[in-house]
Amino acid sequence: MKQIAYLARLSWHYLWSRPLAAVLNLLLLTLGLAAITLVLLVAAQLDRAFERDLNGIDLVVGAKGSPLQLILAGVFHIDVPTGNIPLQDVQELAQHPMVAQTIPLSLGDSYQGYRIVGTTPDYVAHYDATLAQGQLWQAPMEAVLGAAAARGMVRPGQTGTPLVGATFEGSHGLGGGGHAHGDHPYTVAGVLAPCGCVLDRLILTATESVWQVHESATAVDADDLQALQAEREVTVALLRYRTPLAAVTLPRYINAGTALQAAAPAIEVTRLLRLLGVGADVLRAFGGVLLAVAALSVFIALWNAVRERRADIAMLRMLGAPPARVAGLLLSEALWLALLASALGLLLGHGLAEVLGRVLLAQGLLPVSGWLWLPAEAGVPLLAVGVAALAALLPALQAYRTDVADLLSQP
Amino acid sequence: MIRTRGLAHAYPGAERRRYPDVDVRQGGTLLVRGRSGSGKSTWLALIAGLRGAPEGDLFVAGLQIGTQRGAEIDAWRARSIGFLPQKLHLSSALNVADNLALAYFAAGRPRDDAAIAQALARVGVAELAARKPHQLSGGQAQRVALARAVLLQPELLLADEPTASLDDEAAASALALLQGSAAACGATLVIATHDPRVLQALPGAAVLDLNQIGFQPNVDKRQQL
Repeated sequence: MKQIAYLARLSWHYLWSRPLAAVLNLLLLTLGLAAITLVLLVAAQLDRAFERDLNGIDLVVGAKGSPLQLILAGVFHIDVPTGNIPLQDVQELAQHPMVAQTIPLSLGDSYQGYRIVGTTPDYVAHYDATLAQGQLWQAPMEAVLGAAAARGMVRPGQTGTPLVGATFEGSHGLGGGGHAHGDHPYTVAGVLAPCGCVLDRLILTATESVWQVHESATAVDADDLQALQAEREVTVALLRYRTPLAAVTLPRYINAGTALQAAAPAIEVTRLLRLLGVGADVLRAFGGVLLAVAALSVFIALWNAVRERRADIAMLRMLGAPPARVAGLLLSEALWLALLASALGLLLGHGLAEVLGRVLLAQGLLPVSGWLWLPAEAGVPLLAVGVAALAALLPALQAYRTDVADLLSQP
Repeated sequence: MIRTRGLAHAYPGAERRRYPDVDVRQGGTLLVRGRSGSGKSTWLALIAGLRGAPEGDLFVAGLQIGTQRGAEIDAWRARSIGFLPQKLHLSSALNVADNLALAYFAAGRPRDDAAIAQALARVGVAELAARKPHQLSGGQAQRVALARAVLLQPELLLADEPTASLDDEAAASALALLQGSAAACGATLVIATHDPRVLQALPGAAVLDLNQIGFQPNVDKRQQL
């Protein structure tokens, strides 16, 4: 045991006797491992986010258009919707024997980039979200804020003042900067606890609020208002099947028999993930190339170290060290690199994931965090050790075979 | 103690070389003289158990060399042989004390800092323990290398050209130190040298003169042409 500790200490000295080579190799290994850690983290979190947001939604119904767009707009709220659909059609669909539940969503307005979604309390219940403050909306023009939206809406200098009871005005459009609906301010009724799902980034209100804002904004007189009220619309409806059999017939029935479009999230997301998967594969391959370069560099450094230290190694053999102990010294030097690079690579990977997460969050996209450890990350040090051991193999063999009698030959 | 009988060795594809018989008692001194290519290195390598099974009989420090496995001969070398190479071969990555500690590492023994300090003190460089080899003068470095060679109290101390590139005064003190160190641990001292000053300084020593062997290797012939 003492021998191993001494071996480690000695190889540490040898490693840092060439600081430049050590730092460069460490850097290369670290970058490779960080890239792989980043891919692991982001891929796992995206998968998890998708799964959480999709959970329990069997079918998304909306206006005709791109099915993927419909899913992105209606489930993940990262795209504009395909259009609106008549409320009546949705109500008819809700009566369909194969449909267990429909949740209507009305989109169109936003506040500071956070979408205002008109819906029913079922939407909150669907994601098992709980309230951190206040209560759900009880009347039109009352709003409940998602956790991220609430955080984003606290103005500087106002931290501490309760959000519940505050008022804000939605603006037309989903991007922010649209026409403000000045005469219809919302009152905050409650704030949701973070659920790690799409609700975090939304402002929820009653469907009626959205109607009220738009009808009075566009109606020219009382008659017009009534006409508009008769043609009320929602943007999408999220459906849950009563029976798995519905998956076979219902989408076809809706797509062919009505003016609506039905998209199955499972299918569309698989398609989407395949697209994203290419990106992840490219990043993973990039990490692999970095690691291969690092392995090569470590190999070259150790190979040169063996040549430089030929005499040192021969002297060790002369002093009676068995070849295995000398080879172990080289291997241990590579393992030090692997160990340091694993720690740095994991840290850097998590740091990058956190930075990426903040950028994505600022854009209102998917939540990614660096404060998360995956079991799969245990593979990172293993990978590092494997790469380092592979790189050290030939130099260690070279050291193993050093001819001690060289020391005695005169130059 | 060194005793050889009919010692001979052949490199693959080269002519076999015979060496004169040698008898040195434990604690005695042997000078090995020979030009480059005279087989001096090979003879030293054989004595140190570095060249596999030789022809003839070879007894060094209580061991008949030739029948042991690699690990045994390594352990024996760690225990029984101290070596002072001409180029010293102190590791530049380590300080003086750590360089000496390499001997313990190589032998697979626990490090003994008191013994290291004592060995350095005995050759008069105790205050240099924390220095790196490149911060030492030539003479200091040789003393450190000598301290490393005798650290584990060997039975045989091999010194390769210890007086090369030293002036008369330094050469004399180096030889005296070498003799003193060997005597302190009762070691047999073998000095490989072609320096006539060594012969003069050690008149009582046995001499193995490899230049007198009639055999000349091919390399030298080519050089003469």
